[in-house]
Amino acid sequence: MIQVENLVKHFGVLHAVRDISFQVGEGELFGFLGPNGAGKTTTINMLCTLLTPTSGRALVAGHDVVQHPTEVRRSIGIIFQDPSLDERLTALENLKFHAMLYHLPKKKTEERREMLLEMVGLSDRRGDLVKTFSGGMKRRLEIVRGLLHSPKVLFLDEPTLGLDPQTRNHIWSYVKELRSKEGLTLFLTTHYMEEAEQCDRIAIIDEGKIVALDTPTALKQRLGSDTLDDVFVKLIGREIREENASQKDQLRDLHKKWIGRMR
Amino acid sequence: MEFQSLYTVWLRDLVRFRRDRTQILGGFSRPMLWLLFLGVGMGPVFHSGAGVPYMHFIFPGVIAMNLIFASFLSAISIIWDREFGFLKEILVAPISRSAIAFGKAASGSTIAVLQGLVVVAFAPLVHVPLTFEKILLLIPSMFLIAFTCTSMGIVLASRMTSFEGFGTIANFVIMPMFFLSGGLFPLDGIPIWLKVLTHLNPLTYGVDQLRWILSGAHRFPIAFDLLFNLLFSALMLSLAVALFKRSPA
Repeated sequence: MIQVENLVKHFGVLHAVRDISFQVGEGELFGFLGPNGAGKTTTINMLCTLLTPTSGRALVAGHDVVQHPTEVRRSIGIIFQDPSLDERLTALENLKFHAMLYHLPKKKTEERREMLLEMVGLSDRRGDLVKTFSGGMKRRLEIVRGLLHSPKVLFLDEPTLGLDPQTRNHIWSYVKELRSKEGLTLFLTTHYMEEAEQCDRIAIIDEGKIVALDTPTALKQRLGSDTLDDVFVKLIGREIREENASQKDQLRDLHKKWIGRMR
Repeated sequence: MEFQSLYTVWLRDLVRFRRDRTQILGGFSRPMLWLLFLGVGMGPVFHSGAGVPYMHFIFPGVIAMNLIFASFLSAISIIWDREFGFLKEILVAPISRSAIAFGKAASGSTIAVLQGLVVVAFAPLVHVPLTFEKILLLIPSMFLIAFTCTSMGIVLASRMTSFEGFGTIANFVIMPMFFLSGGLFPLDGIPIWLKVLTHLNPLTYGVDQLRWILSGAHRFPIAFDLLFNLLFSALMLSLAVALFKRSPA
């Protein structure tokens, strides 16, 4: 379902992704692990056509991400690391605009929308503005949106970051339900080892290179570890990777201060 | 198919505009400020060659001001969309980059025309004669002017990553364009360097059209006004599409 061959991405002098290759099969739950700044999000952004690779090739659902971006976009759903909802619209409006952007047939989409809203427990909040939602509710709404157009592959970039354990468990149960129902292929990045444990296979990426790729059990066996945490530390080391606050983070803070002042 | 994508981008902005009271309020207060204070205050000292009262002279200029403000504000919303993630939702959708740019230009222009009509509604209050035919002509003309400004705004926004930049745009783009449009003072007898700038300013030709519709007076041939605005927006919009294609999410 996903085929990556010698993928490279440079940002000027920064070599974010250095020649990675891997494949993800249909219906697989594939975990992408690595320290902050390892190249996880850059890889996802290339796979979902937001970034053009410097070199190498990637096929998603059989389509080349550079040559046929529109076909790729049609067959994928994405839950981004940062929220990407329109907060000034209601939940329902966000979903309706999504359906329009993907040219979905009205009647069938409504059924699917109601089914998904029911699943994540947002049916009775559909008419509320998204800015009144909690972090967990926004995430759940994004999952509904990402699945509305019945994608073949769902990318989840740290989908449960900053959520409470209850919400995290719920999100996992939805994901599993959909996987068994629709044969969805899942590509996930995460920092939580108990989530990585649930994956069919995991790739560990560090400084833009894949340092290990196997099933969680095989990785533990190979390194003689009891836990994935230990596997991770053995492969990557203990030191904390520095990552500068991006301009985006700074602007977010500024916006919060601003909005705070106006209220 | 592509039309529906364009329409979606347009519709979202209009739904958001309907909820944004501050922007609607700005559309009312801005022209009021200029018409009542400047129009009334400058009236006694102003003698234009055409012999019209100052209020009549600045009226098309004030329409143009509301158009340019609303256009740039709409275009700038792209920066918000980028910073708050929604732009990604649009960029990963299976629609073309030109549909996004055109949709944005169309929504910005529509909102700007609504803001321009607010000024038009002030006409009876300040004794600017208006007929039904004039209003019918004003709408497409306002749309063309707004389309020019919005496409310019999109080009600027696609290169900007921080919202603080909007103050800079207001100071270095919107205000100069407005001051040098012939909307506030006649362009006769100004120094040559100023004249060159006014002739490069697309808003000059916009104000000229509006003044022609409202009072019949104009500096340039109307066909030239229209052509300049059309070519300018075509250029800006193709630039915007090209920039969108390379735009980082």
